[in-house]
Amino acid sequence: MRYLPKSDSERCEMLASMGLRSTEDLFSHLPEELRMKRPLDIPPGQSEYEIIEYFRERAAENANGYACFLGAGVYQHFRPVIVDSLISRGEFLTAYTPYQPEISQGTLTSIFEFQTMICQLTGMEVANASMYDGSTALPEAVMMACRVTGRLRAVVARTVHPEYREVHRTYARYQGLPVVEAPYDRETGLLNLKRLEKLVDEDTAAVVVQNPNFFGCIEAVREAAAIAHSRGALLVVMFTEAVSLGILEPPVDADIVAGELQSFAISPSYGGPYAGVLAAKEKYIRQMPGRLAGETKDQNGNRAYCLTLATREQHIRREKATSNICTNQALIALMATVYMSVFGKQGLRELAEQNLAKAHYLAGELEKRGARPRFAAPFFNEFVVDCGGRRAPSVNRRLLKNRIVGGLELKRFYPELRNCLLLCATETTRREEMDRLAEHF
Amino acid sequence: MYPEDYRYTKEHEWIQVDGEIGTVGITFHAQKELGDIVYVELPKVGSKVSALKTMGSVESVKAVSDLFAPVSGEVVEVNAELNAQPEKLNQDPHGAAWLVKVRLANPRELDELLTAAAYRAHVGAETA
Amino acid sequence: MIRKVRSHINQNEPLLFERSSPGKKAYQLPPLDVPAVDAATALGAGNARREIEGFPEVSEVEVIRHFTRLSTWNYAIDLGVYPLGSCTMKYNPRVNEYVARIDGLAQAHPYLPEQLAQGAMRIQATLEQMLAEITGMHAVTLQPAAGAHGELTGILLARALLESRGNAREKVLIPDSAHGTNPATAALAGYRVESLASNAEGMVDVAELERRVDESVAALMVTNPNTLGIFERDIARVAEVLHSRGALLYMDGANMNALVGVARPGDFGVDVMHLNLHKTFSTPHGGGGPGGGPVAVRRELEPFLPLPRVVSDNGALRYSYDRPQSIGRVRAFYGNFGVLVRALAYILAHGGEGLRNATGDAVLNANYVRKHLEGCYTLPYPAPSLHECVFSDERQASQGVRTGDIAKRLIDYGFHPYTVSFPLIVHGALMIEPTETEDKRELDALIDALRSIAEEAASNPELVRTAPHDTRVARVDEVTAARKPIVRWKPGR
Repeated sequence: MRYLPKSDSERCEMLASMGLRSTEDLFSHLPEELRMKRPLDIPPGQSEYEIIEYFRERAAENANGYACFLGAGVYQHFRPVIVDSLISRGEFLTAYTPYQPEISQGTLTSIFEFQTMICQLTGMEVANASMYDGSTALPEAVMMACRVTGRLRAVVARTVHPEYREVHRTYARYQGLPVVEAPYDRETGLLNLKRLEKLVDEDTAAVVVQNPNFFGCIEAVREAAAIAHSRGALLVVMFTEAVSLGILEPPVDADIVAGELQSFAISPSYGGPYAGVLAAKEKYIRQMPGRLAGETKDQNGNRAYCLTLATREQHIRREKATSNICTNQALIALMATVYMSVFGKQGLRELAEQNLAKAHYLAGELEKRGARPRFAAPFFNEFVVDCGGRRAPSVNRRLLKNRIVGGLELKRFYPELRNCLLLCATETTRREEMDRLAEHF
Repeated sequence: MYPEDYRYTKEHEWIQVDGEIGTVGITFHAQKELGDIVYVELPKVGSKVSALKTMGSVESVKAVSDLFAPVSGEVVEVNAELNAQPEKLNQDPHGAAWLVKVRLANPRELDELLTAAAYRAHVGAETA
Repeated sequence: MIRKVRSHINQNEPLLFERSSPGKKAYQLPPLDVPAVDAATALGAGNARREIEGFPEVSEVEVIRHFTRLSTWNYAIDLGVYPLGSCTMKYNPRVNEYVARIDGLAQAHPYLPEQLAQGAMRIQATLEQMLAEITGMHAVTLQPAAGAHGELTGILLARALLESRGNAREKVLIPDSAHGTNPATAALAGYRVESLASNAEGMVDVAELERRVDESVAALMVTNPNTLGIFERDIARVAEVLHSRGALLYMDGANMNALVGVARPGDFGVDVMHLNLHKTFSTPHGGGGPGGGPVAVRRELEPFLPLPRVVSDNGALRYSYDRPQSIGRVRAFYGNFGVLVRALAYILAHGGEGLRNATGDAVLNANYVRKHLEGCYTLPYPAPSLHECVFSDERQASQGVRTGDIAKRLIDYGFHPYTVSFPLIVHGALMIEPTETEDKRELDALIDALRSIAEEAASNPELVRTAPHDTRVARVDEVTAARKPIVRWKPGR
């Protein structure tokens, strides 16, 4: 087997030096009744060519050559080629967690840069080295708010990604943390602030809002912050479309920002791996979960980076840790770091402007065909369309026949929006594709 | 090393009583075991503490140690200097780096604590 | 004598923000083929951003130079062995990287209609089957993103089963040799944690367990082989004790590299366990993640698995959400799919016999290192080691040299350190796991280095205590980093 670098003669030499005859001797101490009595029922090892063929066949069984208008938390964006050129270097790809700073300055320096850029992007003061993804960053943010405020209750806008809310419910249930959902306004598609005001009380640790929200609409974050803060609760602002921060005011009124970085050079890859963000005001730093890289000096006065405030984490504080997270998403965060340095200050802006233009063009073309936007609020690169006289599933069926994957049918998450589709257009969506979608809608 | 008029806990805290106010800190032995102290988490002024229950923690780079209140009572003062300069705990644990001052709820609890001699013996036994 | 490495000049490199200069560009977008839209008009004037303050502007050449230079400051598996115990730092096969990037897989949106995602679903179903076979368990979920996430999922599954029987119970028992994620996980699942002292052989104390397991105990979380690399030979009895009192046996699968093809947790009484794809199944660590933490369960626990589940319907695959007893979702979508692809590629490359041979080599390598270091380092537990061995720094400590110092000196010899000071039940531990993907030459170099350092500890302890000497940065001031944390760059610093 080509990944096992020892020859049989090497094995013999090693065994001889140990006074053993066979590798089997090393297992003889295991209780006989617990050992496998048969080989593993797994087909024989394959060559590289066969493995590639296997996965090519699986890939061919997925959508190929379809125009795709799905967003809903996972977005198609250009991936600069140099992202893979750089992160595929063995020194990044096959490196361990940087617990030994003297031989991990590459990883640590890039984490420090990542943390900085996340702060710049989100308007927060500190950011950790990544969470698993946006969906798990949400419960982590809420639990952090609970630690900070000493309260238990969370009020979560129904316009936060439905699967994120489901994940949060799983975590919250077993921690004994009450969760209340705040409804949205049927006209605007935005969190209903009047209702929010009634729901937030002195037991509320966190108010959670997503911007742009799941419908693609721009929320009134400042007003939500005022409501939260007036009762002593923290405001958690989530995001799923990182590109929006190229053109949207960052949520500086938030206490904690959590979200998903998949838009930044992370392939959709059927749902993962992605990289979650957790950022906050500086005063909350000791309540933050996850790894933090900090700047310091070595004993010769050279600038150096190391993991810091480790006492928050599981390997030291064990059952009193801020989280149980150990392995995070370092390599994926590095993809985002390279991406952010490629696009930079001007590029992210231009990228966001293109997204805005494409989605608004699409909305306009659909409106001409009688499919109006469902909500009145401004949107970034996705929006909800009411199929009107046509039924949403049959619209999508017709589109599929024309090799177009249409929008997400919302009835699976919002039964009251049963005839609506959530459509997304990004800088990768071509005008010709949008015209075709409108034609066959 | 260990002032005679202080009383000590097995968990390496000390208390010096003046009237109904007790000043609390950690011992020389404790800070030595912890190494360079980087952070101290203390109860807020006005909060209640209970004898031999945790009231906060002390951190070094690689370890966290719980702080145990020697007596029950109400926290009337907290040493604000330790926030910016936790290293003072390594420098002067029995003096300038006191942690909190507590109004004693039950002075009889002092009888349960160790004298300087008993504490010295306890430390000797631990490090033997 | 240091034979494996020699000094070499490597480039300095500032931070991106220090390189940044207005007007530099590394990107070019295609021209807009639709009319431009004014941001303030479309979004509302108060919502439009002016600029991302402080965000860098660099050119493409600078991006390449920057990250390439940074990479040269790292150690990596591609450079040499990582003898880190319980981390299983094995070779990351490159074909895995290639197949994960095949367009039909890498571009697949998780909300594709099921009939257009059959390939992705088949990969998931196949991997579930193979992991079930390897662990001897009944069903597998691929949702958890990492080991700790898998642990949480597993304990929640245990809790859900106990709740369905009428009593979730209150506490989880955890051996004092356990990894820190174990107690942290139990707390997250709403349980109190109680520590179980190991016996004199470093294993679970069965008599103590019998005294402690009652109706308030939900589960015991065990690692097998344990964090000393020693097989818990009474594991079947441990399972019996727990089961007889209605409690469950959770196994942390971090050390599966010692068992694949040799013994199956499902055969020795484990009810629920997690696997680490980034350990046993070769997916790359990438500086700290991503990982994959699938959870395998016994039949009774299947109804509680996170939803959705992949099910077969007349040959086609679809997702089933109709699972009333499920604990719910533990993450959005289906799992770290890209990591799952890599793990499946690893299994396909080895095949059944190959996996068994890999286990054999892993155990051979660990025992080879143990045998040749036994003379110069104290071995606190004499029981046979499987895929990792644990020494203590007792002999060297008398010279004032501790495991942390030896680890730093090992860096001068051209290696990454072993796992320092863990497990906690060994004073001054040195935990060594070479994995199977090391040849004799690399192992001999590691052994020589550690023997040489043992000599240095006796003859020149100061040299060891002040190591490393030849790295780009020397020991860093972690104390100031913790006292006055600086976790982002700011202009003017």
